[in-house]
Amino acid sequence: MTGQPVGKSFDPATFIDRFRNYGHNGALGIRYVDHGGNWVQLALDYDPRLIGNPETGVLASGPIFSLMDMATSMSIWAKTDIFRPQATLDMRVDYLRPAIPGRTVFGRGECYRVARQIAFVRGQAHDGDPADPVANVAATFMFLDAE
Amino acid sequence: MTLPPYADFLGLSVVGEGPARHVTMPGGDHVLGRPGFLHGGAIAGLLEIAGMVALFDALGENRPRVKPVNVTVDFMRGGRLVDTFAKGRVVRLGQRIANVAIDAWQDDPERPIAAARMTLQLGPRGL
Repeated sequence: MTGQPVGKSFDPATFIDRFRNYGHNGALGIRYVDHGGNWVQLALDYDPRLIGNPETGVLASGPIFSLMDMATSMSIWAKTDIFRPQATLDMRVDYLRPAIPGRTVFGRGECYRVARQIAFVRGQAHDGDPADPVANVAATFMFLDAE
Repeated sequence: MTLPPYADFLGLSVVGEGPARHVTMPGGDHVLGRPGFLHGGAIAGLLEIAGMVALFDALGENRPRVKPVNVTVDFMRGGRLVDTFAKGRVVRLGQRIANVAIDAWQDDPERPIAAARMTLQLGPRGL
């Protein structure tokens, strides 16, 4: 696949837009919301195809995991201001409460430490009120191009 | 067992009976992450569904309400865009809490591509 941005600067909005229809993230329809020096916020709109509990209509956990994986992954590039190939090493998600059916889930990822081979991230997901989160995340990523 | 819509979204199917029972996820664009590899979120989704299948099998009919508390996923090898298999194992089944471990593999069950541990909360039995 051509067109992956490798260069001096990283723009989360452009990155998401370029890969809008690509792969798993494209299938989920994850979209860009906002970003800062070391954080990126994305959104996952409610979709009945992603339901985990048909009786309640609550989203499955997997899509929220994917949302946070993408948001935290991008926060590393935002912090270092460059795209680098990397892969999730491990990720833990604490599910504080079910996301309310019908609501968009917002995922904010933040990178708080970049080591030579490993980056450390955390994040939160909410469905409308950041003070009442749906999930809390801690994860590590490994750079694939490190010596 | 009827899988939820999200399992259909991933293309999952439950195969086998008893000790051989496991969940299969086909490779494809819908689970693609970085070029040539499975998306970690899709792998996590497969692991969680496989964990729930193992737990529901253990709980039997008249099962209590099940709520995920947390999940930790370790990614050990890149997953290629081929069939991936996952099998859950109920490590502990208590009154209020269940602990489930799940492995995912492609070519060799002894060389998993990822593993997960889930803690789930169990509600009261019956309706």
